[in-house]
Amino acid sequence: MIQVEHINKTFQVARRNAGFMEAFKTLFNKQYEYIKALDDLSFVINDGEMVGYIGPNGAGKSSTIKILSGILTPDSGTCLINGRTPWKNRVAHVQDIGVVFGQRTQLWWDVPVIDSFELLRDIYKIPPQGYKDKLEELITLLNLEKIIKTPTRQLSLGQRMRCEIAASLLHDPKILFLDEPTIGLDAVSKIAVRNFILDMNNRHKTTVILTTHDMQDIEALTKRIILIGKGKILLDGSLQDMKKRFAGHKRLLLDYDGRDLELSNGMVLAANEGHSDYGKDTSGFGLKHSIIDIDTDKIQISEAIGKLSAQVDIKDISITEASIDEVVVKLYKEYEI
Amino acid sequence: MKLYLRYFIIHLKSIMQYKTSFLLTALGQFLVSFNVFLGVYFMLHRFYRIKGFTFSEVLLCFSILLMGYTLAECFARGFDTFSSTISNGDFDRIMVRPRNVMLQVLGSKIEFTRVGRMLQAIVMFIYGIYKSQVDWNFNKIITVIFMIIGGAVLFTGIFIIYAAFCFFTIEGLEFMNIFIDGAREFGKYPVNIYGKRVLQIATFIVPYTLVQYYPLLYLLEKDAKDWYMFLPLLAVLFIIPCYLFWKVGIKHYKSTGS
Amino acid sequence: MKKYLSFFRLRFIYGLQYRAAALAGIATQFTWGMLEILLFKAFYEEGSGEFPMAFSALVSYIWLQQALLALFMTWFLENEIFDTIKNGNIAYELCRPVDVYNMWFTRSMANRLSKAVLRSMPILMIAIIMPEPYRLHIPKDFVSGIWFLITLILGYLVVVAFCMLIYISTFFTISPMGVRMVAISVVEFFSGSVVPLPFLPNKIRMVMELLPFASMQNVPLRIYSGDIAGIRIYEKAALQLFWLVILVVAGKLLTKKAAKKVVIQGG
Repeated sequence: MIQVEHINKTFQVARRNAGFMEAFKTLFNKQYEYIKALDDLSFVINDGEMVGYIGPNGAGKSSTIKILSGILTPDSGTCLINGRTPWKNRVAHVQDIGVVFGQRTQLWWDVPVIDSFELLRDIYKIPPQGYKDKLEELITLLNLEKIIKTPTRQLSLGQRMRCEIAASLLHDPKILFLDEPTIGLDAVSKIAVRNFILDMNNRHKTTVILTTHDMQDIEALTKRIILIGKGKILLDGSLQDMKKRFAGHKRLLLDYDGRDLELSNGMVLAANEGHSDYGKDTSGFGLKHSIIDIDTDKIQISEAIGKLSAQVDIKDISITEASIDEVVVKLYKEYEI
Repeated sequence: MKLYLRYFIIHLKSIMQYKTSFLLTALGQFLVSFNVFLGVYFMLHRFYRIKGFTFSEVLLCFSILLMGYTLAECFARGFDTFSSTISNGDFDRIMVRPRNVMLQVLGSKIEFTRVGRMLQAIVMFIYGIYKSQVDWNFNKIITVIFMIIGGAVLFTGIFIIYAAFCFFTIEGLEFMNIFIDGAREFGKYPVNIYGKRVLQIATFIVPYTLVQYYPLLYLLEKDAKDWYMFLPLLAVLFIIPCYLFWKVGIKHYKSTGS
Repeated sequence: MKKYLSFFRLRFIYGLQYRAAALAGIATQFTWGMLEILLFKAFYEEGSGEFPMAFSALVSYIWLQQALLALFMTWFLENEIFDTIKNGNIAYELCRPVDVYNMWFTRSMANRLSKAVLRSMPILMIAIIMPEPYRLHIPKDFVSGIWFLITLILGYLVVVAFCMLIYISTFFTISPMGVRMVAISVVEFFSGSVVPLPFLPNKIRMVMELLPFASMQNVPLRIYSGDIAGIRIYEKAALQLFWLVILVVAGKLLTKKAAKKVVIQGG
């Protein structure tokens, strides 16, 4: 269990001014700015939970992860992970955690992947039988059989990420921090990585904390998200809750003959994309494609469609929810971060 | 120890991937320090001796120091290149592993190409032994070993100080070259030739003379006390303040994270 | 010409940015110079009859050598240029309406000069107020001061022209790193940066004085300190000019050959 209570962290940053004389002055008299990276942060994450930790760049995501993994000491507040304070008990604590930094590698560049794994075995003092079983499991699940004897530098990005994740799980950590695990991967690799993480969570009840900008990762993996901005937690809840806040909106994609539309209360034209090639034009006005946002508090979807079809000849229609990316953009806007 | 061995093997395997490049770099190492040798040779060719030391005695002095230095540079290279370890985030990786941080930094780099310089040192050492009329006995052999170990530890300590500075700033650390490259370059001659002031600094601030000048006097039986042979062991204690400074650096890193 | 000038300016300003590094460099070079002088002092006291230069001349030689290090050290090579050649980006450079040789030449000049400007002044200033016998003396007369400046510029150009050959050799060799290290080691010794040339045995020295490497720091530093004077100044300056022309012509020819190679092989 991860319990974080009232964590604060302020950084001192030396201010730099442009210009030669200014720079010369700062040699002797440095001016500092104080940046509040984390502001009274509190949350609890239970064993086996998968949590998406999101926020724009510079919001405090990496500071939080550094505190949770024992690299950074906060100014005040407490943090208990499985009964231990990470920054006070580094060695014992990190035995229980695994960290994947999506943009850096922990594998040795010029030697076969298996050599890196064996080094990790020694670093984490994994018992031989445990190592053997775990390795077999990871090789099967991540399909590493063919690449494990290849030097890292010859692997594709997707292959490397799979090995990277395996490397972080060899010591069977209870908590896994994933920092942008799918960045730069192609669609097939992305899905493979996601499925594997889900699988690990199911089998071993591994707690997963995921920071990413890829909202599809969040949607595929986590039930709960924590949104952070300017060092504060802005939202902590289920993905469903978050979506619901914006669920009053549906969106209609409409292909129709080009007669003018009259929209009633609750319907807003989001985009008029002009000419459509869909179907045959019977009206002589030319086909059109439009996107219409529906506020379901004011008007029912069926009613809206009824009104539209009464006016024009509809060739095709589809209904979508707001995408998670849009939800996040709206959230950022709402909290002005 | 087992873990370090594992690191060692990985580095060895990596090197094997680039055999040509390895050989050339090793050759380059040989050549670069060969210049220093030429400098010493031509100066003593002209002047025959300096403050009572002959060419072969200077060679002994230089080669022993160079061996210690080269060992440190080969095995403590992780500290020498620590600024990049910090800036590319590899240090965070080290921090999230349940092992001693120093051991991991040591293991992060082993510079086998320094074998070129080692070879140079050994050749000079053998020539120095052959030419200088030192009566070798057990104590003197032990003294040479002490000097090499002491030198290696001393330079490792300086590399650690350099690395610890990296926790605070990565700008302007070139001044550390005075204590690293400077000591190697000017340590080719016994320190006393630079005068009393330098001798004091190199004894009490950074104890170079404890692994170089004083035990050398013992080897060459130049007005030396017997206990001079144990001075290199005293120099090993230099690692303690270095280690403490490193600890301070880590603490600073944990409070700023950068 | 104008484009090379603006290129020069850009590089120069870029080089001025690293102030902390410059400060550290000054401290290092100053210590280095001091130890070097103390070392030679020990030799001087050992047998002054054997000493081929006046001690004060040697002191000036060493201070100037440390202060002007950035102008003369062959190991101040730019990795960016090596990378351009190695990764094939040279093809883009060849497409631009500038001469690659001139561009790199300008760039190296600016780089060295910006480093030297920042670092030399403080070192020279301290060296001038040092107590005797460690003090840097000003040249004996105005004329040798002028000749010092002229040969300084010539020497600096010879160094840049030689480094150009090292860069260009990258096109023709499988191991640029090896060539680079051998070249640097050779120049270091032959130019008098390990031991000033007058300290070498006469026979070796006579040959070395004629080589292009002696036209680098050796000439201006020894003119400044008065070790080279009178008619020999003109000889040396003429030799510098001769080597500069040879090196530049060789560099240009090789660049042309290399460019052809790139065009044919496509990098």
